[in-house]
Amino acid sequence: MSVAADAARTPMVKAEAVRKSFGRLEVLRGVTTEVMPREVMVIIGPSGGGKSTFLRCINHLEKINGGRLWVDGELVGYKQRGAKLYELRDDEVARKRAEIGMVFQSFNLFPHMTALENVMVGPVQVKKENKATVRTRAEDLLERVGLSDKAGSHPAQLSGGQQQRVAIARALAMEPKLMLFDEPTSALDPELVGEVLDVMRGLAEMGMTMIVVTHEIGFAREVGDKLLFMDGGVIVEAGPPRDLISNPREERTRQFLSKVL
Amino acid sequence: MGDAGAPQVGAQTEGGAGTEIKAVPARHPGRWIGTIIVLYLLLALIHAAATNPNFAWGVVTKNLFDGFVLHGVVNTLYLTFLSMILGVALGTILAVMRLSPVRIISGAAWVYIWFFRGTPVYVQLLFWGSIAALTGKYVNIQIPLTGIVVIPNIPTVHLIPPLVAAVLGLGLNEGAYMAEIVRAGILSVGEGQSEAAASLGMTRLKTLRLVVLPQAMRVIVPPTGNETIGMLKTTSLVGATIAYPELLYVVTQVYVVTFQIIPWLLIASIWYLIMTSVLTFGQYYVERYYARGSTRNLPPTPFQRLRALFARNLTTTHAPEAKGPLGPGPLSEAR
Repeated sequence: MSVAADAARTPMVKAEAVRKSFGRLEVLRGVTTEVMPREVMVIIGPSGGGKSTFLRCINHLEKINGGRLWVDGELVGYKQRGAKLYELRDDEVARKRAEIGMVFQSFNLFPHMTALENVMVGPVQVKKENKATVRTRAEDLLERVGLSDKAGSHPAQLSGGQQQRVAIARALAMEPKLMLFDEPTSALDPELVGEVLDVMRGLAEMGMTMIVVTHEIGFAREVGDKLLFMDGGVIVEAGPPRDLISNPREERTRQFLSKVL
Repeated sequence: MGDAGAPQVGAQTEGGAGTEIKAVPARHPGRWIGTIIVLYLLLALIHAAATNPNFAWGVVTKNLFDGFVLHGVVNTLYLTFLSMILGVALGTILAVMRLSPVRIISGAAWVYIWFFRGTPVYVQLLFWGSIAALTGKYVNIQIPLTGIVVIPNIPTVHLIPPLVAAVLGLGLNEGAYMAEIVRAGILSVGEGQSEAAASLGMTRLKTLRLVVLPQAMRVIVPPTGNETIGMLKTTSLVGATIAYPELLYVVTQVYVVTFQIIPWLLIASIWYLIMTSVLTFGQYYVERYYARGSTRNLPPTPFQRLRALFARNLTTTHAPEAKGPLGPGPLSEAR
């Protein structure tokens, strides 16, 4: 019991005054937050508010310019010895990314591989796992996202919703300790959104730690443990989803919610 | 898919709006005039070729499959093959170098491409033909800048015989062109692909090998086919510069003795046409292979098209469209 409590005390993601700029444009202006293991954090906010950039900083697809960012107690992109920071090498960054799953708005499945190959390529090529074991696991995962019959299909033969579910299976095949979702349903036809959200809901119920950038307020309310409203590169307001949605304290939040609800 | 029971919308109803249209086709006099002009010119050409004795068709048919000629054909193919391998390998390395974040590395690739694309390949081949004038009769192989000799006194002709000189000359030049083709291919793969690969924990090299290059092939292959066909023809410059017995060199050797210039040039031309035709045909299938995943349905092969054409002409009704041989068939019902 005490061991579990101990583990629970290390946040899965911890951000401290994270800043990021592209040239002279400051996209993140001091973001501080925490996600505990098994928690689902949902980030909402207008486009250009820094939500996606913050998510991409967590697996070092973007380098931060200031502040500190930890995943599972380890600095992202750097290691610290004494007071000095050392940049991580390419392969060290890659090894850390392998522990974090990411799902993109545009799916980004590999079009030259079948659905099954897409799911298998990470464990086989990156983790050097046995191909037969990975195949079994990949088939299980495709079944979990309801696509066992599409294992042999190429992405171009799948609908958007099916592609996104394969993308989720591909990320899960790496057995990540954290899943990042970057507007996973924004590129989908409205009637396909539900099937993807269902998969994500199931994942949350199984205790996966997740950070989800989305415009699906309903999903945030139902599944989220914590809701962040970001705008202008800062967290405008944070709190339990139900409270924040029904009772926003900030005027900016109220304006945004009135438009999307 | 099984909609056998569904009512057929727009099926043939007797008379009225549903009957098949039988109309007199529109006249196209312009097309007729054009056709007649083309046929006339074609006939004139054939007549000239048949009646002008200087073509000496007898010499052509008699020597077309001469062992001497065939030897030249084989050498030309060999030279093309080796030079393209060198060119593609070098081009890939140069392309990756050009995309390197290290300025010196990308700069070096840029300078290489600048030099080899900026000078005529004929001049480059002349350099290789006169390589001994640069190195002297004997060469020492040594570690650069140290003066430490590894192997002393190799005769230049042994180190760089005509075939090696020709392959180096053609291949190094080709590398510059292939570099641009490969680079265009790499750049054609969206950034999202690299990001997805990175998020799975792939290193840059692994991403390139497993994700980017296989997709870049779709863009790289068609121009590489053209380059190969171009290379086959460029090998004809080798005879005049390096004295390696490729097809044109062999033919020239004959006609400087017999003075039957035209028939022997015809022999060379016929063989070049045969070889480029075969390459064009092969290119089609290679392109098809790399189009996997990018289209739902692959276009039919020439054979399938031919079969479909025959089937249509025989039955006059619409033959079922030929289906691509790839995949387990039901591409169309994937959704």
